[in-house]
Formats: sequence, C-alpha cells, structure tokens
Amino acid sequence: MENISLVAVASIIAAGLTMAIGSVGPALGMGQAIQQALAAIAQQPDERNSLTRTLFVGLAMIESIAIYCFVISMIVIFANPFWGYFIKAGG
Amino acid sequence: MEIVQISQISPDQVIIWSWGFIKINATILYTWLVMAILLIVSWLVTRDLSTEINVSRWQHFLEVVISTIRGEISEMAKEGADNYVPLIGTLFLFIGLSNILVVVPGFVAPTSSITTTAALAICVFVAVPLYGIAQNGLLHYLKEYFQPNFIFFPFHVMGELSRTLALTVRLFGNIMSHEKVVGILLAVTPLLFPIIMQALGLLIGIIQAYIFAILSMVYIASATSAHEEGHKHEELHKAEASEGVTA
Repeated sequence: MENISLVAVASIIAAGLTMAIGSVGPALGMGQAIQQALAAIAQQPDERNSLTRTLFVGLAMIESIAIYCFVISMIVIFANPFWGYFIKAGG
Repeated sequence: MEIVQISQISPDQVIIWSWGFIKINATILYTWLVMAILLIVSWLVTRDLSTEINVSRWQHFLEVVISTIRGEISEMAKEGADNYVPLIGTLFLFIGLSNILVVVPGFVAPTSSITTTAALAICVFVAVPLYGIAQNGLLHYLKEYFQPNFIFFPFHVMGELSRTLALTVRLFGNIMSHEKVVGILLAVTPLLFPIIMQALGLLIGIIQAYIFAILSMVYIASATSAHEEGHKHEELHKAEASEGVTA
C-alpha cells in the first residue's frame, strides 16, 4: 500500500477508536454523578440550587475529557498534519 | 446557506473579504455582528430608562437578565459581587447570544472557532490574578502558589494553564461538534431529525455559556478566596433562618 492510503486508513481507524474508547469513561462518570446528584436532591430539595450548580460544573469537567477525544478525532480526520508531509514527499 | 464546509473545522478558514494583506474571515465578521447586536440593543434600551410604574418591555427584559446574572454571582461570592458582574455578565451574554443565533440560517457561531474561545479563556486567565491581587494584595496572592509548601508551585502553575486550555477546548468542542453533527445528520436523515438536533443545540449553547461563566466565576472566587467566606456566610444565614423557623 502507498504511504498516503496508509495514513488515511490509520487516521480513520484511530478516529473511530478514539471516540469509541474515549467516550466510555466520561459516560460512566457522568452517569454516576447524575445518579448521586438526583439522590441528594431527593433527600434535600431545599439545596436544589447549589446542588444543580455544582452538578453542572462537575459535568462540564467530566465532559471535557470526551470533548478532547472528539477534537482529536476531528483533527485526525480533517486537519491531519501528516497528509501534507506525505503528499509533499510523494509528489 | 452553507458557509463553512463540512471538512473545515473552523470558520477561520473561510475568507469573506480580502484586500491586500487585510483579510476578513467569517469569525471576525460574526464576532463583530454579535458585538454590534449587543451594543445597539442595550444602547437603545438604556437610552430612556424609567423608574415609573410603566416600564417598557425591553427594560423589563434587560432587568430580568441582569438581575439573574447578579443573583447567580452573589450566590457564589457573597462580598463585592457587583465587581464581577461586568466581566462574567459580558462573557455570558456574548457566548449565549452567539450560541443562540446559530438557528439563523447563514450565521456561523464565532464560538465554534478555537481562536475566539482561546481569546475568551485568556481574558479569564488574566482576570483571575488581577482580581486576586486587587482583593488580597500582591504578597498574599503570590503566597497562595506556595501552599502547602514550595514543592507545589509548579503544580499550581500547571493547574492555571491547563484549566485555561480546558476552558478553551470545552466551548470550542461543544459548539463545533454540534455544527458537524447537524451537518452529518442532514446527509443521513434529512428534513425532520436535524430540527430536533437544532433545538437540542440551543439548550447546549445556553448550558455552555452558563458553564463558561460559572467556571470563570469559580476560578476568580478561588483566587480571591471569597468563596469560603461566602459559604460561611451562607451557613450563618441558614442557621439563623432555621432558628427563626423553630422559634
């Protein structure tokens, strides 16, 4: 196989794997966080505002890990730095 | 109307107008558009403010927005909450408006470009030490970096840098991913399903603006250490209130 098609194959597989593996952990974490927050709100409905705010901030922190994976897979597919190198080397 | 192609991950790559070395790309155009809308609307509304019983609708609207922002901030920092309203409120309004306007055809959210979000995050990065020094003095602020001892200095610096990066990439990734997901869904299931995704995008946009504002407020509050005092005040208030109830 040529180098360019190798890069393409590797990019697509890597992007898929990045999203597949990288979204497992945040999904589990967010599920657990929401479960605990719901239990806490059910126990103390008066504290709803501060619980919700803390929950959102925590969810944003957890979610950013999945977002990193997404950005990396986008870069690998659409803005791959190795394309230019191999196209220049090939032609 | 399609301005950003599906293969372009940033509206920076779309040059709308160029003259010599001056290039206006989509990000700059829409950033200025959002800023102009914010400025003109608030100028028009605040031009004739009234304290009478009959208040115009738009004044009501702005009052609700501002008092909500102020209430949220004063819950996090009990003291001097009004100092933070200009910065945090502006961040929230700018991000929120540019995320809401995504439903307008032909509009590209400036927050879907990493340069805009990086600029906003750098504003927060600069504002945190400024507020900290203004509140506690230079020495006290610098001493926070050496808590609990001097070994932790590099970790504090790393924390400052990495949370700026996280702030940047979170907003950029969320908004950009929403645009790409809608674009891909248009090709797979046209007509109905993308509309639902757009509605979801409005929710995500507002939540992201809220999170950006709240996180920058958390960072500023941790630098001014107004956060812990705020909690103490809150507990005091709670204790007083419950005593009042039982008595």
